[in-house]
Amino acid sequence: MSYLEYTVKHTPSGFRKILFLNWPLAILLAAVCGVGFLMLYSVAGGSFSPWAEPQMKRFGVGLVGMIVVAMVPIWLWRNLSGLAFAMALVLLVGVEFFGEQSKGAQRWIDLGFIRLQPSELMKVTLVMFLAAYYDWLPTKKTSRPFWVLLPILIILVPTFLVLRQPDLGTSILLLTAGGGLMFLAGVHWAYFATVIAAAAGLVIAVFQSRGASWQLLNDYQYRRIDTFLNPAVDPLGAGYHITQSKIALGSGGWTGRGFMQGTQSRLNFLPEKHTDFIFTTLAEEFGFVGGISLLGLYALIIIFCVVTAVMNKDRFSSLLTLGIALNFFLFFAVNMSMVMGLAPVVGVPLPLVSYGGSAMLVLLLAFGLVQSAHIHRPRQS
Amino acid sequence: MRRNRAENDASHIKLTRRAALLGGAQLLFMGGLAARMRYLQVDQADQFRLLAEENRINIRLIPPTRGEIFDRNGVRLAENVPSYRIVIVREDAGDVDMVMERLAQIINIDLDTYERALEEIKRSAPFLPVTIVEDVSWDEVSRVSVNAPALPGISPEVGLTRVYPRGEDFAHVVGRVGRVSQKDLDALEDPDQVLRIPRFHIGKINVEARVEDKLRGTAGTKQVEVNATGRVMRELDRREGQSGADVQLTVDANLQGYVQARLDGESAACIVMDCENGDLAAIASGPSYDPNLFIGGISSKDYNPLLNSKYRPLVNKTVQGTYPPGSTFKMVVAMAALEEGLVGPDETVYCPGHMEVAGRRFHCWKRAGHGWVDLATSLKRSCDVYYYDLALKVGIEKITAMANRFGLGVRHDLELSSVAAGLTPTKAWKRQARSADWVIGDTVNASIGQGFTLASPLQLAVMSARIATGNEIRPRLIKSVDGVEQPSGNAGSLGMNENNLRKMRRAMYQVVNDRRGTAYRSRIIADEFRMAGKTGTSQVRNITAAERARGVTRNRDLPWERRDHALFVSFAPYETPRYAVAVLVEHGGGGSTAAAPIARDVMLQALAGGTPPLEAYPTADRDRIEEQQKKLRALRPPVSLDGEDQA
Repeated sequence: MSYLEYTVKHTPSGFRKILFLNWPLAILLAAVCGVGFLMLYSVAGGSFSPWAEPQMKRFGVGLVGMIVVAMVPIWLWRNLSGLAFAMALVLLVGVEFFGEQSKGAQRWIDLGFIRLQPSELMKVTLVMFLAAYYDWLPTKKTSRPFWVLLPILIILVPTFLVLRQPDLGTSILLLTAGGGLMFLAGVHWAYFATVIAAAAGLVIAVFQSRGASWQLLNDYQYRRIDTFLNPAVDPLGAGYHITQSKIALGSGGWTGRGFMQGTQSRLNFLPEKHTDFIFTTLAEEFGFVGGISLLGLYALIIIFCVVTAVMNKDRFSSLLTLGIALNFFLFFAVNMSMVMGLAPVVGVPLPLVSYGGSAMLVLLLAFGLVQSAHIHRPRQS
Repeated sequence: MRRNRAENDASHIKLTRRAALLGGAQLLFMGGLAARMRYLQVDQADQFRLLAEENRINIRLIPPTRGEIFDRNGVRLAENVPSYRIVIVREDAGDVDMVMERLAQIINIDLDTYERALEEIKRSAPFLPVTIVEDVSWDEVSRVSVNAPALPGISPEVGLTRVYPRGEDFAHVVGRVGRVSQKDLDALEDPDQVLRIPRFHIGKINVEARVEDKLRGTAGTKQVEVNATGRVMRELDRREGQSGADVQLTVDANLQGYVQARLDGESAACIVMDCENGDLAAIASGPSYDPNLFIGGISSKDYNPLLNSKYRPLVNKTVQGTYPPGSTFKMVVAMAALEEGLVGPDETVYCPGHMEVAGRRFHCWKRAGHGWVDLATSLKRSCDVYYYDLALKVGIEKITAMANRFGLGVRHDLELSSVAAGLTPTKAWKRQARSADWVIGDTVNASIGQGFTLASPLQLAVMSARIATGNEIRPRLIKSVDGVEQPSGNAGSLGMNENNLRKMRRAMYQVVNDRRGTAYRSRIIADEFRMAGKTGTSQVRNITAAERARGVTRNRDLPWERRDHALFVSFAPYETPRYAVAVLVEHGGGGSTAAAPIARDVMLQALAGGTPPLEAYPTADRDRIEEQQKKLRALRPPVSLDGEDQA
């Protein structure tokens, strides 16, 4: 089993690299994508169009892209990460001026040959850039205030730009992933404790001030927060999605209602059934067994990433792999919490399953980086 | 950037620790997600499954066909006829405005309807049919059908509408249906779901309302699967409903039509009741109205005159109206005295034209007095003083008991709306209702059916039938439901002395047939049709002393509202009573002049089963009667069942 081979003297080269891919990870990714095709076929009422077929094509392109990225030595990627981050930032600023509107949010940019969602790209490049930063930074400087402030700025600039689109979900992901990477890099825990305490204090202050003379927000803003946190108060508006989603999930039971037998999705009670709420369709049609299986696949992907990251002696590779795994985790954790009624509805798709080109391509390319890190890991001499 | 190995190892160990920490946190969170999934999908699965089914399955009702109503011979009184409406489905129409404009050129749509329809089209789901116009003629339907290619999305739909072919003759019997109102729903404890169907009709008054549960039938259901927007995807199950039961009335449509026409021009009521079984052959109240006007909702232009007329066409005077029975009440007093043995047949009372009771003078209608009168004469000539005297002997409690046995002061269970109980006063009643003690003058007033006493024409007819047969006859309006004969109205003997009853009938016979009887002018001379009866004239005013002094007591000198009510009760043939007839003419003046002639015409019509022979009338009346018969026949041509079937 070459992928766990640590006695090989030299880094493989040429097409032999393919043999050194982290194959279990690749198979797990393909399996999750396969679940996605199945569900897209089902929600289209047993048809490859309009969703399953384009998604499969994108998967093909993404798979090729992943292997190509994997072939490129990881140190090249490390050296390019500053440039990649800068490009993503430029594109993100470009969205601000030239972006296309879709569902009230400015997220897309048309580069002529491809329509791109720069915020997706930013998720990966931010992790890359931070990993490179901490690889470059001498370890003893990690917790010095100046060297802590710098990555915070690196995280906040894209977060702010994404928030302006507005895309709350992605900005939360960026913030959390960036913070997570700083934590992994070994920044002193007191910083995190301070930030968390400050944030908690602010939230408490905002809510405590309500109705008091020093009220921090306007009344309508409070009402918005109310519906955001508790959609049940607006059952036909914001709460409708969550209610229908929970009905779909719950009616699945142990083994589900059968492939293409889910009434909630087939009869359109489910909103966004091919994108953000696709997990409910899976859970409705395949029940608890189906849902827990997908969760198991995701868990295995995370575990594989963490294990290979820890075993990799290259700091950049470790940080990058862990960062991408964290990103991936945040993706599905937020999405699943949302459809199960544990978190407010923010537009976060289910990674590799939901219909959507940018997200899938970017994720597969990101896993290409993980593969590259694995192939080009330093071998013991 | 080469670091020394030791530093590198130290940082890697730290990273591994932190990676393990973060990875552990992630797994913990996933465990939480799994637990939540288990809670939703396993612990609460049943509840959510139910909610999903409720989402998915929609039960639609199929409205039942309402039962029809027939007269005793099978003539249709209420029927369901196809009616057409034009509907539009927006998603099929494309350009709604253009299609609607074209439609307006083809058929006649008033502006209000047009705009309301446009608004509704824009409001409803694109796949739901919206009614544009209702009750369109067949001619218009065919024009729409011919132009169908130019009118995408528009189609005629057929439904059933209630129609009352006998029009105003049966408004006070059959009643009418109308759209279900919130008030109708509120009145019901557990409203049938079918009532929620748009445009569903419910019985509003009279038989339509009182026999509603039999006529309505039960709704069928179809289960359909709908999607989130309410569009029907497919039918899952269908259960047919049950049509409403047909109802047959005891009323004779021809006789009813005749009576209604005969009352024309008067504010009057007339009841024809079978003496043997209580079947109501006619229940006419004039003026009436056309119930068909109400079905689709009546316009205020049509409604206001009905509401404001002083003749109160919306009120069914036969059962809702209560009047002082006047002298028709005298049979009750006489019978009470006879049954108590307080009067011998030959006992006489002297009538000087008035009587002093407790320091108050009570007048006889005949100011000069009747002289010595016995029981038969007192009834025949309607002497008031004789009954003042009798009532004082018998007492109000016995009189009231007798009135109740005759069916006065009792609410008869009839399938009509607002059947009145009337009033037969007792001492206890007065103390409770008027907070005053009964005085002897009240008894005197009651003896001639004035004062507190109130009776409906129906009750007076029941009284006549009970006197005529000695049996407890109860009115019956529903002959059969769904072909099942309803119980007869004859509840057996009243348990009164047959001799006494015979005396009463004899006296009533003399009222009509004796030269000095008050209704002699309305006698029937054909032996097989001989009629017995009693006139009544009841005051609606108190004659003031000033009026008495001026002598203004004649009816025609008074405004209509203050004139006396005219009443007449009767039965015939005298030997073998078949029908009892009660007539009331509101503010008609004297019972002998205004009510008795109507009763005679109606009685003969009923007994002859059509236009009676002129020979039944006294010679002097025949020309006038012939003229009248011709006129009424033109107003209401008799229908035969054959004709009905062909129509």
